[in-house]
Amino acid sequence: MHSYTERIREAAKRVLLEKRVDGVIGFRKGTVPFMNEPFLALSPQQADLLVWDGNCAMNLANYLPKRTDRVAVTAKGCDSRSIVIHLLENQIRREQLYVLGIPCQGMTDKRKLADRLNGKGILGVEERGDELRVYGRGFEYSFERGEFLQENCAVCEHKNPVLYDELLGEPVAEQQVDRYEEIRKIESMPPDRKRLFFEDLVRPCIRCYACRNACPACFCPTCFVDEKKPQWVGKTIDPTDTRTFHFLRAFHMAGRCTDCGSCERACPVGIRVRLFTRKLEKEIKELYGYEAGVILDERPPLEAFRPEDPEPFLDG
Amino acid sequence: MSDWEPKIIAFLCNWCSYGAADLAGVSRLQYPPNIRVIRVPCSSRINPKFILAAFRHGVDGVWVSGCHPGDCHYLEGNLYARRKFALLKSQLEYTGIIEPGRLHFSWISSAEGARFAEKVGQVVESVRAAGPAKHFVKKQAEVP
Repeated sequence: MHSYTERIREAAKRVLLEKRVDGVIGFRKGTVPFMNEPFLALSPQQADLLVWDGNCAMNLANYLPKRTDRVAVTAKGCDSRSIVIHLLENQIRREQLYVLGIPCQGMTDKRKLADRLNGKGILGVEERGDELRVYGRGFEYSFERGEFLQENCAVCEHKNPVLYDELLGEPVAEQQVDRYEEIRKIESMPPDRKRLFFEDLVRPCIRCYACRNACPACFCPTCFVDEKKPQWVGKTIDPTDTRTFHFLRAFHMAGRCTDCGSCERACPVGIRVRLFTRKLEKEIKELYGYEAGVILDERPPLEAFRPEDPEPFLDG
Repeated sequence: MSDWEPKIIAFLCNWCSYGAADLAGVSRLQYPPNIRVIRVPCSSRINPKFILAAFRHGVDGVWVSGCHPGDCHYLEGNLYARRKFALLKSQLEYTGIIEPGRLHFSWISSAEGARFAEKVGQVVESVRAAGPAKHFVKKQAEVP
């Protein structure tokens, strides 16, 4: 993955010098391990700060809506699909964008790693090819990186960008996986079990809205949780309010979520919020044969209809 | 619990199902009194927030009825609504917010008064079978 860093810097400098863009959105090294921070490089000198490794999981498409300048952006498979969604929803124009496509090898899940180390404080992390070396006070371990992929990366079917102006590496092999095994397991539970399962799932939620803020598809001027008069969603951590919030947040993503995993990664209490969005993704695939952010000339499923659409919601 | 009666919110489209309710009334058709009607301009006016809010406030069932696909007063409102409803219902049941049998959808034109009365009966029976909704009702602060 380190090879990408050099290529990103080279491409960033080039597009900045050619005045093709005003800035390059990428990542620079963060101050704590596993946290690279999003960075807007405005000059070739700043472009030297850009890096790429397995901790660039944040979806950079989040920084695109309503921009007025021209930017280059580094995009993994999921980022590029979110960019497609932005283009479809007129959040940015294609002419403003220069997409530096990055065939993605999956991102590291810092929580899985922390679990494995039983909470030992990690001071640094290094990647060498498929090897992940972590060290802290008095220990140093080496793991295989593939073991610690984020859940969404482990079931990713679009590692290669679907849209780019320049591809910064050889396309990687796409995998064939069963994305919905867990969803089907939940579907087969009796209603009471489902209720308890989801009640437990969102119980730790503190309503910080990190999942909303990290999501590239969340860009309403006024979010439904901030509305009042009428206030449809309570703002407390009452279980019904929390469940309403999670339900509606996911529902807003129907047909737009690219499963980039930003929400789950951003959650400070580790709620697996993708269990909500993935069910919708599955339904949409089954009912309307649509996959979010893959095609540029088809409207998102809830903005369109076909006369012969199925009506599974009608009673018998 | 023997005197419990289901409380059901019915969102009826102004141009068809609401007219059907009217027709059922002037035709003096009998149907159970458990529904509370809210008139909406189109079935596509229904926002998932409304349905969740209804359940949060303690109704036992929700019923949404609109024009037959193709007969929408706004030409294609219910065709959009259809996709929304399909996802909404499956997602509500998937997340366990409601049990099957609490949320109903139907298409009833303004000429179908008899069908309306019949459908009310079916909805009420189905919600009655599901029992009182308890798990998604927001507890109000108790005032001593």
